[in-house]
Amino acid sequence: MTRVGKGERSELDILAMLFLLPSFLYVLVMFVYPFAYGIYASLQPLNGEIWSFKNYASFFTDPYQYSTIRTTFALAIPNTILVVLTALFLAYGMRRGIWMERTITTILVLPISLGVIFLSEGILGFYGTNGWLNQILIGANLVREPLELTHNYIGVIFSLFMQQFPFCFLMLLGYISGIDPSLESSARVLGAGPWTVFSRVMLPLITPGLLIAFALVFVMSFAVFPSAVMVGQPAGSTRSIAIAAYQQAFEQYDMSYASAIAVIMGLCQLVALIAIVFLRRRMTIATTVGVGKR
Amino acid sequence: MTNTIDQLHVSITKRFGSKTVLDKLLLEIRGREFVTFLGPSGCGKSTALNIIAGLLPPSEGEIRLDGQRIDHLPPEKRGFGMVFQNYALFPHLTVFDNIAFGLSLKRRPPAEIRDRVTAMLNLVRLTGYEGRYPSQLSGGQQQRVAIARALVLHPRLMLFDEPLSNLDAKLRVEMRAEIKQLHSKLGLTSIYVTHDQAESLSLSDRIVVLRDGVLMQEGTPREIHDRPKNAFVADFMGFRNFFPVRLGEPVGGFVEGFARGAKLLALLPHDFSGGSDAIMAIRPEDIGVGRSADGANIVRGTVELVEYLGREREAVVATDAHARIWLRTPEQISVGDNVELNLPTERIVVLPVEGNPS
Repeated sequence: MTRVGKGERSELDILAMLFLLPSFLYVLVMFVYPFAYGIYASLQPLNGEIWSFKNYASFFTDPYQYSTIRTTFALAIPNTILVVLTALFLAYGMRRGIWMERTITTILVLPISLGVIFLSEGILGFYGTNGWLNQILIGANLVREPLELTHNYIGVIFSLFMQQFPFCFLMLLGYISGIDPSLESSARVLGAGPWTVFSRVMLPLITPGLLIAFALVFVMSFAVFPSAVMVGQPAGSTRSIAIAAYQQAFEQYDMSYASAIAVIMGLCQLVALIAIVFLRRRMTIATTVGVGKR
Repeated sequence: MTNTIDQLHVSITKRFGSKTVLDKLLLEIRGREFVTFLGPSGCGKSTALNIIAGLLPPSEGEIRLDGQRIDHLPPEKRGFGMVFQNYALFPHLTVFDNIAFGLSLKRRPPAEIRDRVTAMLNLVRLTGYEGRYPSQLSGGQQQRVAIARALVLHPRLMLFDEPLSNLDAKLRVEMRAEIKQLHSKLGLTSIYVTHDQAESLSLSDRIVVLRDGVLMQEGTPREIHDRPKNAFVADFMGFRNFFPVRLGEPVGGFVEGFARGAKLLALLPHDFSGGSDAIMAIRPEDIGVGRSADGANIVRGTVELVEYLGREREAVVATDAHARIWLRTPEQISVGDNVELNLPTERIVVLPVEGNPS
């Protein structure tokens, strides 16, 4: 073990490559091929032209289509902020454990096991115009007209929040409870109140994890489709870019155009991810230089 | 340069659920005193320190600093300094910013912060390291930063929570001396938690020995070391041989103990309160091989085991009365030898039966 000859090293390399192979194949089959095929398909419009940007041109000249980008961002960004901040608040509060912790965590995390369709049906049943909430409110004479909480923007935000909160909460809880509790104690003894401990010690240490959570929740939100259809207004205020692609593919049977929309959607997610990664690098340089070496 | 105190009065009980981890702990700590809480893990010593720091609330009782109650104050309002076992430096701040943390919370002017931090770096001999991050320092350096970070605020009381446990043996002895020097140089009042008897003996003016949340003995290092009051403290202080005995009538300050066909003569402590049953204890290093001058307390036996320790050997001798005696001796003895041991009268302590070493 002490002496690594040339032969041994290359053997090790081959072994390492072999271990890499399954994940490499996975990325190739599940990501690279579909993505490349999508780009290829998007450049072969239905009218028979080969290698043409016509699909992209028509997307960006048609307000009905290009407005979906704004619609999707308008859903994804507020939802991401809401999810990450709520998860941060709760996870920070629970970092040292609380009464009935396991029960509470289970309740918070349960929606993850239900699936989007079931969740959306539940939202319709509870928050819908004739749902329990409105019946209770009307019965108690608190409102006259039922509240419009579904089949609009709010409904989709509800649904997205419930799907993504558990995941983000668990991730941040793990991240925050991993921070050495004596840092907090020492900051307290040095004169920091609870808020100062959060803002000057904990937040800088949580920020890298927070940005990762932000990136992941954003990407998931940006792909919103089932809830935008079921509890949203798929022809109007919640016509997300995924719906536009679906309509081209399965209502207009224009796979090429649909592929172009899917590629645009992917690029939007990529741009947002790059922005976050860039931000994370800048912030971590300022806050955690040297910590990464551990 | 430190804010001195006259007296810290602690009288606290702490329960976690139904478990009592500190049972009516009563302490008076005077200004400029170095007090050690000594005990095995789980004895409540760190809990006591955390309660004094304000990081844990006591279940009952009060803490008074110069007569004023402070147990309701949050830790940030107590003006204490604390040093942790794992250093607890802020990983996202440089050495300078770590030390300046408390001063910047107090909104001191930048020039004053710079001067005081520089003076501290100088004091803990880390000048030139101010731009480093904690992860770029060795364990000893990190602990020195942690000490500087606490001292720069001129704390009224310094609390040390096993600060040397994560360091290697050599560095531990060096840092121990540094802490001792800082304590007397700056006129600090310090409470120091440790499970290491050598640390407590070398540092303290006074040692408080705890077991299962109960104060077992309190006294100067010399008192604790030479005159432990019970078998638990004796065991912790390195006594290894415990003989259950029945005491005879004391004669002229001496008392005879009868055990398994042997008879041991010992000094009876004037305040001994146990009954006729007692325990006599002696350290391995106090036992001599061969006959003593006065011919008292001679035990014969066969050497069962010898461990070479460099200057000395540690040996186990099975006595003719089937007791086992641990001893340390520079003599060359080997397994199977028949030896005569002498147990010096003045080195034997007489302990009450309750509080056996577990």
